[in-house]
Amino acid sequence: MVTGLIGRTAGRLLVPFIFIFGFYIVAHGHLSPGGGFQGGAVIATGVALVLVCYYYRECMEHFIEAKNFKLIESAGLILFICTALAGLVLASSFFFNWLNASGGLFGNAVSYGVNAGDLFTAGIIPVLNFAVGIEVFGGLSVVLLYMFAGLKETTKEEDDAEPHEFAQTEELP
Amino acid sequence: MARCSVPPKLAIFLIIAVTLILLLPAFGLSFGHPAASGTDQYYLDHSQEQTGSNNVVTAIVFDFRGFDTLGEATVLFIAVLGVAMLFRRTH
Repeated sequence: MVTGLIGRTAGRLLVPFIFIFGFYIVAHGHLSPGGGFQGGAVIATGVALVLVCYYYRECMEHFIEAKNFKLIESAGLILFICTALAGLVLASSFFFNWLNASGGLFGNAVSYGVNAGDLFTAGIIPVLNFAVGIEVFGGLSVVLLYMFAGLKETTKEEDDAEPHEFAQTEELP
Repeated sequence: MARCSVPPKLAIFLIIAVTLILLLPAFGLSFGHPAASGTDQYYLDHSQEQTGSNNVVTAIVFDFRGFDTLGEATVLFIAVLGVAMLFRRTH
């Protein structure tokens, strides 16, 4: 199967914007609707677009490999659990919001009431959002890659060498 | 063991009738007025000062109910493991 020039060009143009939009949804999870699960799914959509637009073998030769995404997924879950465990070590309990209003990372003081919001607030919630986003992105990409690996796929040279099936049927008398 | 002497059609009818009779009180309940509404009002009032998150939904999902999110993340991890096992390469 061949994705034509139009599909490839459109995918190449759209993929950076899809990644940036997914990253925005993950990063603003504590201010606007969305969060780690949704943003991770959007980023995985970008990976799906790369897989559809380009050949699976080409992707495997470069950087997209199921092994790497397994690593990313595991790292996300481990970051999630470690952030929650740090609350047990540094503060009182599991899942304690020990970064909130501490002045450090994501620790700005919150102005109460209706306000536009500050990106660097909410303590461990953005960290957990990023962890879940990384995990969902890696996990859905692993699923996509394993399903694509089951398809029989030809390279561009093989497609160019033998004429397309539809073209053959049209030439029959 | 003795065979059941009730005909199957009558048994099915009885099951449906008993189910409907038991469901009748559920329609009498008023929607939107739970018996205990203290918890949700507490979340709405205190989530901003206690978690620092402007988004109450995220405050509940990632802070007040963090264990639930941990379980969801683990479920997703196990689902991906299952897909990876299903689609593994066999030699």
